[in-house]
Amino acid sequence: MDRRLLSGDEAVAAAARDAGVHLATGYPGTPSTEILEALEALGGPARWAPNEKVALEVGLGAAFGGARALVTMKHVGLNVAADPLFTAAYTGVTGGLVIVSADDPGMASSQNEQDSRRYAIAAGLPCLVPSDSQEAYDLALEAFALSERAALPVILRMTTRVCHSKSIVDLRPAPPPPAPPAFVRDIPGRVMIPAFARPAHRRLRAKLAGLEAEAGRPPFLVRREGGPALGVIADGVAARHVREAAPGAALLEPKLVHPLPLEALRAFAASVERCVVVEEGDPVIADACRAAGIPVARTPGQFRFGELTVARVRRLLAGDETPEAEPPRGQPPRLCDACPYHPVYATLRKLDCIVAGDIGCYSLGVLPPYHAMDTLVAMGASLGVGLGLRHVLPEGEARRVVSLIGDSTFAHSGLSGLVEMVYNPPASGHVLLVLDNGTTAMTGQQEHPATGRTLDHRATGRLSIEGVARALGVPNVDVVDPVEDPAGFEALLVDRLGRRELSVIVTRRACILAAADIRRWEEAAGAACAAAPAPGGEAA
Amino acid sequence: MSRGGRVVNVVIAGLGGQGVLTASDILAGAAFRAGLDVKKAEVHGMSQRGGSVTSDVRFGPEVLSPMVPAGEADFLLVLEPSEVAGNRPALAPGGLLVPPDAVAVGALPNRRSLNVALLGVLAARLDLPEACWLDALREALPARLLGVNEKAFRIGRETAR
Repeated sequence: MDRRLLSGDEAVAAAARDAGVHLATGYPGTPSTEILEALEALGGPARWAPNEKVALEVGLGAAFGGARALVTMKHVGLNVAADPLFTAAYTGVTGGLVIVSADDPGMASSQNEQDSRRYAIAAGLPCLVPSDSQEAYDLALEAFALSERAALPVILRMTTRVCHSKSIVDLRPAPPPPAPPAFVRDIPGRVMIPAFARPAHRRLRAKLAGLEAEAGRPPFLVRREGGPALGVIADGVAARHVREAAPGAALLEPKLVHPLPLEALRAFAASVERCVVVEEGDPVIADACRAAGIPVARTPGQFRFGELTVARVRRLLAGDETPEAEPPRGQPPRLCDACPYHPVYATLRKLDCIVAGDIGCYSLGVLPPYHAMDTLVAMGASLGVGLGLRHVLPEGEARRVVSLIGDSTFAHSGLSGLVEMVYNPPASGHVLLVLDNGTTAMTGQQEHPATGRTLDHRATGRLSIEGVARALGVPNVDVVDPVEDPAGFEALLVDRLGRRELSVIVTRRACILAAADIRRWEEAAGAACAAAPAPGGEAA
Repeated sequence: MSRGGRVVNVVIAGLGGQGVLTASDILAGAAFRAGLDVKKAEVHGMSQRGGSVTSDVRFGPEVLSPMVPAGEADFLLVLEPSEVAGNRPALAPGGLLVPPDAVAVGALPNRRSLNVALLGVLAARLDLPEACWLDALREALPARLLGVNEKAFRIGRETAR
């Protein structure tokens, strides 16, 4: 038996390897990032996509081609991928397609605490929820098989505690490898024009109905016997808290939370005097029970906020509605002392800019001493929000508006905002600042298209941020080093804010945490280029 | 275990960059090698940005929740003086605080090994076999840092005796 101490993320990576996954892609996002990094370390075919929508589309294409594909993201990434997600439920898949969406109840490192199980219901996809690393491994392996059996993409919903907690995993002997990819034409199955989509929707509902019986059996439903007084229905890590908080209670753990085995839940509720649902996030299972007329107890509303713990589960089960003590928050994170963004924030503060911000470490610029961010909503939103403000504010205020975005976020979803800037330029012009620190710093220094290196740091095609801006017709495009020449940066920004024109300023300086690694990777890439024959050299 | 068959709860606290997560990896690794059930939890999304970091390690015959319930830690290791007060509520009545000055930093070959030195203090109170600790150190640390940390571990353990 191969026994390891693994995080939930590492366990999913091990399962993907053992499932013989042909392609794995995603976009970094806490707490999901380590899955693809761990898979790469295991020698698996992992890559970063520019964003989650592209990642899911690449995964779907692979699955259409009969391959097994893994796509990873954090919960808000599933919003970006939602467009292909909903119609992929109609088309279904040939090879297994597993989509990991990692939720962050309590928002340790996120802008909201949305619940990915809602997406499974809305799109009509099976959704598996592991409670620890062993289940993350087992259910991820199971998810590939289920995806192929049901011919549907499967969502594996993780949470921060499952992704980042380590526990013991017994790895299984690897199953036989999946069939090699091959294209089998299926025009009505994969071309979702209305005439083909109408029957596809009916097929989807029939597939889901067919899964309900499976959902009521192990490994998708686990029952632990207990006394008749209290029965608890719980999924994910909440089920572990329940076993500790109420060891005498009967416990029903649905691992497949969509479609739910409602008849099994009904029988369980009828077998106990009081039935309580304990789940992290939205009352998804509880609402489904109530809608089906299954009598589950009302629980205090305060427990849908934040993470559950053993102590909170004790209170929830006791119906304790008294206010809870705030957990200690400790010292908040801050920009690194040597972060190249300090001069940028100092300048924005000094010029009293109205800053439409974006998602990344640079959101820490909102904290003291700078307070230099006025909005933060979604990946890439700095462009649109900044432009909207420019369009409506009086001239004097409009000219203080700056959109601020990082290099990885720009590659993720800043490009269409830049197109909007060129297509609908505000009368006052606009200034986009791209803070290019050469890495996806926030999530732990991952590569992205504008670094020109792949997940394993090898040279590949590079997205030129300034090149794209020039090609789109932005009249003023500058690249500056804000640390080398802070006064020059300030003078440039003052000049650009004073023009009624479109400007892009790329402030380029490597992340202090990544700088040494970046130098090493660049040298390695340079050596590899020197050793390789020049393009076309062999034919010449 | 010195505490019978029940689960031992350890909370390790400090600031990003001090080695909280490395320390909890080593402790969890030592308990794993000793054949115990282990769970380790942490929130590390922003740990490189100097914020507070805590990590929970639980081990015993069977561990359920990965998080140490507040007020149930048998041991609280703290790497940063300013983090002691905020984390003290984690300790169980009668639990042991191992503060940053439990080991004289001046005695260490490198002050960055304080995390491992405090594990040495903890090791003196636990029944985990020596070989499990040494294997866990080897697994968690790069070879060039191993000697310094093995020494820090021994200093911590001797301090506690």
